[in-house]
Amino acid sequence: MSSRLTPTVRIQAEDFDVAAEIALLGEGRADVGAVVTFTGLCRDEDGALGALHLEHYAGMAEAEIARIADEAGARWPITGLTVIHRVGRIEPGRNIVLVATASAHRDAAFQAASFMMDYLKSRAPFWKKEERRDGTTGGWVDAKESDEEATRRWSRRS
Amino acid sequence: MTRLVYFAWVRERIGRSEEDAVLPAEVVTVADLLAWLKGRGDGYAAALQHPNAIRVAINQEHVSHREPIAGAREIALFPPMTGG
Repeated sequence: MSSRLTPTVRIQAEDFDVAAEIALLGEGRADVGAVVTFTGLCRDEDGALGALHLEHYAGMAEAEIARIADEAGARWPITGLTVIHRVGRIEPGRNIVLVATASAHRDAAFQAASFMMDYLKSRAPFWKKEERRDGTTGGWVDAKESDEEATRRWSRRS
Repeated sequence: MTRLVYFAWVRERIGRSEEDAVLPAEVVTVADLLAWLKGRGDGYAAALQHPNAIRVAINQEHVSHREPIAGAREIALFPPMTGG
């Protein structure tokens, strides 16, 4: 199953076009019955965030996302998978990450997208640092135990 | 010679993003490496004060602190990840 899947993984500073990525997953084939997309945005909780600065480990980030994608392809009958993660300076309300999965049926597409996001958050080497609205540097965003827990639920299930 | 690379607050506290190091023979595992690095100066001590908080990758794959480092070309030290 996994051998049929060729995931698209991109790490880029530029924004992405969700509609265009959905169209690509169905292009030239008629066996796709479901596309699920998750878009993660830069969120400002207290009105003081100027931007997030996203740092990544070039090389490993792509490789780790590809490893997670292979695992998703081995677990669910998905026909396509796209992950785009932005890096650099991102202001509140702007896109950070896109996960899109395509499958014949919705359940596989939903599950694979959820699995991808959970693993991406706790295993893909990206880090967020805050820039305050007054221009000063905020701290590094702390990892959440709830994200680790979200990842663990997938191993209990198998 | 082993390339060491640092990210996020580990990089900031150590004060550099990468370096090449000749590791002493007694540095066998990742845990040994963290203990050895910690003694190299104030920046290292600040970065590695709580070794359990440090995530490590060898040749761009996640490893545990028990992992042997023999043959590693590149060892990365970084905080828990916060992407997505």
